Amino acid sequence: MVGAGKIKQNANVLDKPLGKGKQEVSLSAFAFLFSELVQYNQTQVDHISELETRLEDAGYAVGARVLDLLCHREKGNRRETRLLGILSFVHSTVWKVLFGKVADSLEKGTEHEDEYMISEKELLVNKFISIPKDMGTFHCGAFVSGIVRGVLDNAGFPAVVTAHFVPVEGQQRPRTTILIKFAEEVLQREARLG
Amino acid sequence: MAAICSLYIINKSGGLIFYKDYGSMVRMDTNDSLRVASLWHSMHAISQQLSPTTGCTGIELLEADTFDLHCFQSLTGTKFFVVCEPGTQNMEALLKVVYELYTDYVLKNPFYEMEMPIRCELFDINLTQAIQKDRVALLGR
Repeated sequence: MVGAGKIKQNANVLDKPLGKGKQEVSLSAFAFLFSELVQYNQTQVDHISELETRLEDAGYAVGARVLDLLCHREKGNRRETRLLGILSFVHSTVWKVLFGKVADSLEKGTEHEDEYMISEKELLVNKFISIPKDMGTFHCGAFVSGIVRGVLDNAGFPAVVTAHFVPVEGQQRPRTTILIKFAEEVLQREARLG
Repeated sequence: MAAICSLYIINKSGGLIFYKDYGSMVRMDTNDSLRVASLWHSMHAISQQLSPTTGCTGIELLEADTFDLHCFQSLTGTKFFVVCEPGTQNMEALLKVVYELYTDYVLKNPFYEMEMPIRCELFDINLTQAIQKDRVALLGR
């Protein structure tokens, strides 16, 4: 608590209030940091798919922490139990806090019951990155799909999350789609809840 | 019509890392463009020594009968220069814009190796847009 004339400081760091923190971070600083993260992981792996896995794991750690933080800050410690609830939480709240805007769209997959897609014209992490032609289907958005997987996993909705480029006619750059495939138990629980 | 003919980017050791040809004046093959780049790098360095005033940072503008050459050197030694028709305005501003695009789409790209030739799709796309905008603005004047 901050009050005029209060001399005694909060000796225990756990007693200090959880502040809002800085709302904005320099995009260039983040871009350089992310670029270095990718470059460092490139030196550690032998294969492209390993690089994607490593980026995803890095994102998973972020997602786990972001979930706890946002549940406390934004939602007043309420827990999402329904599928659509957690999906719209990821699509709006998480995206807003991490990237400054809500995701472009959230869609349900037409072919399978357990697939959902979050689409973005251009992921913030990919803003300055041009993938060389010989890297094939590699996507730096694996970091973001790791974040989504971290949030979903720790909220009790295990899923496999991947990032894909979807070519769009009339545009040079393809759209990015985060594909979320929920585990069987999630769908069963959802059906039970009605 | 005053217009840009070609754009070169050379690294701090004088090697050509980017070359784009816009005009119809001169068609150069790869070897010639490499030669021009290293030639300019040397001339730029020699001019710093030859200058009668202290603190000279190199050639910024070369005016010839049939072309102008504007050069911009960043603090790190990377040189951006553009060959254009005589009397073209606003080339310094254009070079600054190219420098900004370079810092954004080349230096923040994890797959770009420093001092190597630039092969970044986003850089090419944005550069074309910037040159196009400059051309349109030029026609408007």
